[in-house]
Amino acid sequence: MTAPLLSVSDLRIVFDGRHGPLTALDGVSFAIAPGEILGVVGESGAGKSLTGTAVIGLLDPPGRISGGEIRLDGQRIDNLPPEAMRKLRGRRIGAIFQDPLTSLHPLLTVGEQLVETITTHLPVSASVARTRALSLLREVGIPAAETRIDQYPHQFSGGMRQRVVIALALCAEPKLIIADEPTTALDVSIQAQITTLLKRLCREHGTAIMLVTHDMGVIAETADRVAVMYAGRIVEIGPVEEVTRRPRHPYTAGLMASIPSVHARHAQLNQIDGAMPRLNAIPDGCAFNPRCGRVQTFCRENKPGLPPGLHGAACHVPLMEPVHA
Amino acid sequence: MPAFLLKRLLNAAGVMLAVAFIAFLIFRFVGDPVELMLNEQASQAQRDELRARLGLDKGFVLQFATFVGNALRGDFGISYRNQQEVFTLIAERFPATFELVLVATFLSLAIGIPLGVYTAIRRDSLLAKALQFISVLGVSLPSFALGILFILVFSVTLQWLPAFGRGETVQLGWWSTGLLTTSGRKALILPGVTLSLFQITLVMRLVRAEMMETMRTEFIRFARARGLTMRSVHFRHALRNCLMPVITVTGLQIGNLIAFALVTETVFQWPGMGLLFVQAVTFVDIPVMAAYLIVVSFIFVSLNTLVDLTYAWVDPRLREDALSGAANAR
Repeated sequence: MTAPLLSVSDLRIVFDGRHGPLTALDGVSFAIAPGEILGVVGESGAGKSLTGTAVIGLLDPPGRISGGEIRLDGQRIDNLPPEAMRKLRGRRIGAIFQDPLTSLHPLLTVGEQLVETITTHLPVSASVARTRALSLLREVGIPAAETRIDQYPHQFSGGMRQRVVIALALCAEPKLIIADEPTTALDVSIQAQITTLLKRLCREHGTAIMLVTHDMGVIAETADRVAVMYAGRIVEIGPVEEVTRRPRHPYTAGLMASIPSVHARHAQLNQIDGAMPRLNAIPDGCAFNPRCGRVQTFCRENKPGLPPGLHGAACHVPLMEPVHA
Repeated sequence: MPAFLLKRLLNAAGVMLAVAFIAFLIFRFVGDPVELMLNEQASQAQRDELRARLGLDKGFVLQFATFVGNALRGDFGISYRNQQEVFTLIAERFPATFELVLVATFLSLAIGIPLGVYTAIRRDSLLAKALQFISVLGVSLPSFALGILFILVFSVTLQWLPAFGRGETVQLGWWSTGLLTTSGRKALILPGVTLSLFQITLVMRLVRAEMMETMRTEFIRFARARGLTMRSVHFRHALRNCLMPVITVTGLQIGNLIAFALVTETVFQWPGMGLLFVQAVTFVDIPVMAAYLIVVSFIFVSLNTLVDLTYAWVDPRLREDALSGAANAR
């Protein structure tokens, strides 16, 4: 693997509450190579959006990073002063959020928002920025960009607005984009268009994407590798093919089994018994142990680590023993 | 847009007609004007003659129509007290009130908006907490108490500013202005500040609440995620979104300021409409009272209509014409 573009190691995030700090992210480590798409999947509250928020430096109090580090191109960014981090956002790390209906400022035209973002990061005049804005709009597939550029967000449909959001994220050609549920709020037919667009742009610009979603289907179509999160930890990480076909962690296996399929006619959808623990009630040892069918005594005592390597699961009793050569 | 405008104007006209009706009723409630105007020795013939001359022998509806017709031409009759045209009386007093309200409104926006933004984005700072505390005082302190306090401090003790009146004024056509002379401007300070203090705190608290609400929205998060400067995020993106309620409240408050300037005007003996009204009440000068009611209502209604029209200017979503409406897929 080449030198990673983004490397997160042992990242811990806590929320300072009235009854002391609550650990929301517990030792998360992963890396993204240049141009790579890493899918991050998990249930609501697993910490996947929080990880993305921490990477772009938008973690607001009471949340704070209590340990670990985040490096971009080898440079440590989790302890940068606010102004340096601000300059880095949009310039080197772009962001796409879930709901295109609320991501755009309702009272500024699409062009005004694009031009402002471009001139904030690049030393260009307003007219050059406008030309660039136009070409960005064309690139993300907005027809009649010349007239659309002077329109307000409410004059665009949901899918078109998400294209504008993508154009905004691309303004300064960042090397990494954090896409937080970019297709969740869209119609199914539009979802495919947006994932295809993201994939194409990523390839053409050499942009890496951290794709946060709870939709395994989107991951399977788009991502190169996937990290599965559970209760603030990464439980399994590996190439998408590997993880979906041969999941090693019982939680991942359960997740895969619960995906509805057209081919297999289940009378009822498979589900994992129980619910993800709340932040103040994460069990000792493996966080998944109360719901796990393969649980052993030591699972309740020792926290399993994520083994190094291309495909690894943080599990004491993984489903498939690695093949020894 | 023309349909929207027409609807608004018709609405305004309807409200004004209702107000005119109430003003018209004041005349009837306080008794027969003929009895008020003639002495007890007047003969029945004299009474009938005056009644006919005043048009009071006509039917109720016809009298009201005449009243509205006259009011439209600015004819509100003659003051019982000093026998002057009511319209002239009010026209003389209006500039004084208007300038006072203008200063108060300007102060409330120029001070209230920055304070509101500051207390919202630095809400944990000591200064923001202090301002928030003081603003409670500002809202609850009655303006007459404040006015008297100001007079005591700045006029009596320090002798910096005049305690009453408008100072020297300059006549510009029918408009008399105190803004062009030093003594006129000095005279404006105390009543202006007194009148605006409540507005400042109101605007500040409104902007603070709206800013805090807006700072939590996704489009602000996205603006921050794009690395826009905090200055732009706060003032260009967040504040712009707060302007709508500020415009509404300011617009409506200008009406309130004009109506309730009478307390401040009384304290500072400011020769405006409010003082005129207070004097009219003392002397049961009904035509003046009725005209004041109509003029103040007219200002209220005009401002409301103007506020509605400003919305369309601030918010593109209301500007929607048929053409772009078709492009809107949602």
